[in-house]
Amino acid sequence: MSQTLARPSAPASSVGQPSVMRLGLSRTVVENRMFFRERDAVIFSFAFPIIILVIFGSIFSGEMEGTGLTVSQLYVAGLIGTAAMTGFQNLGINIAVDRDDGTLKRLAGTPLPRTSYFIGKALNTLFVSFLQVVILLAIGVALFGLKLPSETFRWVTFAWVFVLGVAGSALLGVAISSLPRSAKSASAVIAMPFVVLQFISGVFIPIGQLPSWLVNIASLFPLKWMCQGFRSVFMGDAGATLEVANSYELNRVALVLGAWAVGGLVLCLMTFRWKSRRDG
Amino acid sequence: MDTAVRVRGLTKRYGDVQAVAGVDLDIRAGEVFAILGPNGAGKSTMVEIMEGHRSRDAGEVSVLGVDPGRPTRAWRSRIGIVLQTANDVAEATVRETVRHFAGYYPGAKNPDEVIEQVGLTEKADQRIRKLSGGQRRRVDVALGVIGDPELLFLDEPTTGFDPEARRRFWELIESLARDGTTIVLTTHYLDEAEALADRVAVVAGGRIVAEGEPKTLGGRAAGKALVSWSDAGERHFLETDTPTRTVLELTRRFDGEVPELAVTRPTLEDVYLRLIEPPARPSPVRARTDPPR
Repeated sequence: MSQTLARPSAPASSVGQPSVMRLGLSRTVVENRMFFRERDAVIFSFAFPIIILVIFGSIFSGEMEGTGLTVSQLYVAGLIGTAAMTGFQNLGINIAVDRDDGTLKRLAGTPLPRTSYFIGKALNTLFVSFLQVVILLAIGVALFGLKLPSETFRWVTFAWVFVLGVAGSALLGVAISSLPRSAKSASAVIAMPFVVLQFISGVFIPIGQLPSWLVNIASLFPLKWMCQGFRSVFMGDAGATLEVANSYELNRVALVLGAWAVGGLVLCLMTFRWKSRRDG
Repeated sequence: MDTAVRVRGLTKRYGDVQAVAGVDLDIRAGEVFAILGPNGAGKSTMVEIMEGHRSRDAGEVSVLGVDPGRPTRAWRSRIGIVLQTANDVAEATVRETVRHFAGYYPGAKNPDEVIEQVGLTEKADQRIRKLSGGQRRRVDVALGVIGDPELLFLDEPTTGFDPEARRRFWELIESLARDGTTIVLTTHYLDEAEALADRVAVVAGGRIVAEGEPKTLGGRAAGKALVSWSDAGERHFLETDTPTRTVLELTRRFDGEVPELAVTRPTLEDVYLRLIEPPARPSPVRARTDPPR
């Protein structure tokens, strides 16, 4: 035992450093494990869209005029948008907590590359969002007669809207994590804009019923475009007439979500702090 | 002897406060070096600059031959840091956490052996949230040494420990020092510095006011001794450079046993309190050691 603890004669630096990607995957395992062990947080973040779907889907069970589509289909699409944006809330709060409880400072003192830390957060977010989407779709199909599209191109649309949306909202979450002063205030600071955004982006209230000035504000943020993209997947051509522009405008969806992903990255790089404000 | 840390003319200011006001320091490879000082003396700032956690205003700093203002991964692999407070990784177990951190380093130690060394083998599969404060600190040390560092920073490692936990913690630090790890320790416990450190620097007002071995710090070995005894129920004190002669005279005067005889040297605490005392105020050291009459 004491043999193995003796100092090696060669300095550690002569051995190669572990790869950034491998450490990123190792961080992902840790992030996933920590996420699912915070049981109250898991229940909260998973239950919220599910409960909303069950409540709204049950209240508004009728068909939408002239389309043959049910209102619950609209909610499935909208709530999948919310699920894809969970990263915003999760990362915004988690990183604020990491900064407050010493995680970031501890990691900054190790050879772990920052990129690996972010890979861990990103893959964790992607995984959690994906799981939520699967659950929402399962409930939609089982309880509300949701028909999953059979055309491949719809699933291709689903994939890019999901990935771009998750990426953009996750980066936005990282950027906003610098806003709360402490872990205690984080959930309040970050949940508020998220809830407001859900109301004005067509998650709870069909976008066509919102005043245009609200739609204009919502159009600045990614959630509205994600929901629109998901509606194109789950409501099909028949639902396009319900859109404000009478079309799903997938080109614009791609443009805005892409811009958010790039802009979110820039915002992150500009605002991200490894230390809490107390640490100066 | 190699130099592990070399600091010249280091300064750091926060707004109006000069936290570090021109510090020179050399820490040799393989020694345990304690930085002592009251809260707000600038010791944490100094150490955080050496750790690469904080920028400096001026001066040269070299830690293992690298400027900590420009830390590299290779350099980070060679140092270990045990921070003052951390409440992270609460939901992971000790073993999971130590194993995970081992993956960060190219030449990591065996995680199970490190857990054994810090005395947490029995708690290895417990969630960190459930550990006591002292056990939590041992996890911090395990994470600090898992990369087999050449240099380990410990920032006030035993604050809030009960006496027995402190003793055991000291043994842990001693075992690391025996392995040849250079240890830089900040503390405000004098007994801790005296028990662990080869050399001590006392920091006050952002400067180093004394530096040396704990035994001789601030002229402690050469300082006057205090001889005290009782005579007819009354306590007598005498401060002297020649305590042996005083005792001989007393022996002659009492013709044998001197009642309640005691000879004391200034403790590290006496020296320390004098060193960190602002010069204008009366020294509590004098007040304590001066004979009453």
